[in-house]
Amino acid sequence: MDLRDSAAERAFRTELRDWLAKTLPALGPKPHHTDWPGRRRYDTAWQRQLFDAGYAGINWPTEYGGRGATPTEHLIFLEETERAGAPYVGVNFVGLLHAGPTIATEGTPEQKAAHLPKILTGEEIWCQGFSEPSAGSDLASMRTRAVRDGDHYVVNGHKIWTSHAEVADYCELLVRTDPDAPKHKGITWLMMAMDSPGLEVRPLNTLLGSSEFSEVFFDNVRIPVSNRVGEENDGWRVTMVTLSFERGTAWVDQIVDSVRLVADLAAIAKKVTTHAGVAWEDRGLRRDIAHLGAEFDALWALTKRGVTEAGSGVPGASASVLKLRYTEARQRLMDLGARVLDRAAVSRTDIAGLPTGEWTTERLNSLSYTIAAGTSQIQRNIIGERILGLPKERG
Amino acid sequence: MYFLPTDEQRELQRGVREVLDSAFPLEKLPGGFDAVVWSTLVETGVFSLRTELELGLVEAALVFEELGRAAVPGPLVGTFLVAGHADGATTVLEARLTPLTVAHLDVATSVLVLDSGGSRLATASDVSGVPLPEPIDPLTPLHELAAAPTGSSIGLDYTRLMNEGALLTGALQVGLAARLTELAVAYAKSREQFDRPIGSFQAVKHICADMFVRTELARASLHSAAVMLDDPEAGDGARAVAGAKLLADEAATLNSRGCTQVHGGMGFTWEVPVHYLLKRAWLQATEFGTADDHAEALAALL
Ligand SMILES: Cc1cc2nc3c(=O)[nH]c(=O)nc-3n(C[C@H](O)[C@H](O)[C@H](O)COP(=O)(O)OP(=O)(O)OC[C@H]3O[C@@H](n4cnc5c(N)ncnc54)[C@H](O)[C@@H]3O)c2cc1C
Repeated sequence: MDLRDSAAERAFRTELRDWLAKTLPALGPKPHHTDWPGRRRYDTAWQRQLFDAGYAGINWPTEYGGRGATPTEHLIFLEETERAGAPYVGVNFVGLLHAGPTIATEGTPEQKAAHLPKILTGEEIWCQGFSEPSAGSDLASMRTRAVRDGDHYVVNGHKIWTSHAEVADYCELLVRTDPDAPKHKGITWLMMAMDSPGLEVRPLNTLLGSSEFSEVFFDNVRIPVSNRVGEENDGWRVTMVTLSFERGTAWVDQIVDSVRLVADLAAIAKKVTTHAGVAWEDRGLRRDIAHLGAEFDALWALTKRGVTEAGSGVPGASASVLKLRYTEARQRLMDLGARVLDRAAVSRTDIAGLPTGEWTTERLNSLSYTIAAGTSQIQRNIIGERILGLPKERG
Repeated sequence: MYFLPTDEQRELQRGVREVLDSAFPLEKLPGGFDAVVWSTLVETGVFSLRTELELGLVEAALVFEELGRAAVPGPLVGTFLVAGHADGATTVLEARLTPLTVAHLDVATSVLVLDSGGSRLATASDVSGVPLPEPIDPLTPLHELAAAPTGSSIGLDYTRLMNEGALLTGALQVGLAARLTELAVAYAKSREQFDRPIGSFQAVKHICADMFVRTELARASLHSAAVMLDDPEAGDGARAVAGAKLLADEAATLNSRGCTQVHGGMGFTWEVPVHYLLKRAWLQATEFGTADDHAEALAALL
């Protein structure tokens, strides 16, 4: 066990730091979170800068235009960009982390050539059309139907919670092609252009008061058979490839961010003075902040373990452990933030010279972390059944 | 000893619930403060329980649980506290709060300034403040004030007002906690995944059971505190109120999380009303003492 950078890793880190120090100050201001065209422009411009500097698709193989970095270098990349306050992957998320890797693994040479370069340069934005109103945790029960008509599939049905659907060019879409087969066996994975006729996107308002996701309705939407990734009815296996990407690296930047937030919270606590005194002088509060500091440091260590496991091909337990523990710790951190901020926590904009805007908004946002990408209950089932080998719950 | 509501008390509580179920169902909640509902509450005698009906804090707590269960927006606690001293909707300004913020200033006629140096009543239209652009609870507008206004004394004791306010705010929180449990249980029974109601999964069932247990505990604590404030010989009211507000805050905030979680993705939408209750719970947790304040108060009595 060794936690130090190798000579090559150190060189990579230094080069990246220098580039970030040079590039970030020239970036424009972040658009408001409700300004979707602005967000797309901002996120894709950043992706283009990464591409030009050779950092796009850091972990993608070089044959697809990626950098072919080792998992450790990928980790260094995420760590350094987050620490430097670089823009988040944003609307490029599904393309870079889900659809792109799936196409790279399962797609035809034509599909790879058509999409991978554009995903890397930020020209093509993707969304994920998996969940349906009646198929969330039980994703495999999805019903959106695709029927073959010559060299097209004709799709009818209804997807929900499709993040970034409003700005996406393409959607990784799961459809049911064989309604008679067992539920995992009749699903197909398609690439769908978001300007296809018959497609309607209706934004859904989140409890934050902004539309991060949408409902998508399909009325005889025609998708070329050549847009199918993998075999017909083999979409569930293709999906598992996608989900294994989501549950791996998806949390790295947020854990780095949480380590920073713990430090920020300590600084805020030293500043907040209420009728009860300076928050940091409250032993109970101070210890609770420290406790979360320990947890996020440990989650960061667990992240490194997961990355080493991935690099050595060892199937590890880290992904579900990380997702479960990170998301719940993040919620406790935001609740603790509210305890420190005291009455200031009632404002979603900055007040009293405190960063209440960030903390209160993120406190609300963090409610979704234990739901999206597999709920905490489902993560516990996975840990109990697949890792510990406990019997399944009976219905 | 008889530690259950009497028939009359049950009747009172049921009456208020019936009024609110028809006048202010959850579908009406997004509209915020509702002047018609407010007048109905005034006419029903919700705020003048003590002064006109000669009832006590036990009855008030039962009624405020119902107001909390319906998440009625408005300056409920202040209006009750000043009954007999001032007419009209009265909002509370806790002078010790940083930042100095007050709710529902726009619909109040008076402001009850709770100040350990002397509580007083100010005319709302004389009080100027800056509205917060995005208060946490979209149904409770907040203003930030540069300083607490002056006003005229109404001769009410600060500690007594703080205790009664904490009790009634605790009752609102218990009401929210109970409603959140109801909503979670109803959803867990109707929503199906894997061909069965999600409530049949122990993971979901246990979330609901914990919500129920938290509410029951907080309610027993609340009722006990109400009895003691009405009858000091029954026990240490100050200690009981501190415990009641602390447990009520805990029940309301943890049940908010539980209810959101049980609703899955739906719980994260604006359309489903759970978030309104959650945001109210977070706001009320900062009023009449936070759980930390009350833990300190209780510690001082141990
Ligand atoms: C912010 C956000 C963004 C999202 N983005 C996308 C996206 O881009 N694309 C997409 O396809 N989807 C997306 N989703 C959907 C997400 O994957 C689902 O919300 C999630 O899988 C849960 O499904 P559900 O909402 O139907 O809840 P349900 O499955 O109905 O769950 C309700 C409750 O039941 C519990 N439950 C269900 N089954 C079991 C079980 N077997 N054992 C124990 N408990 C159980 C759950 O844990 C939960 O508490 C997003 C969701 C959110 C909140």
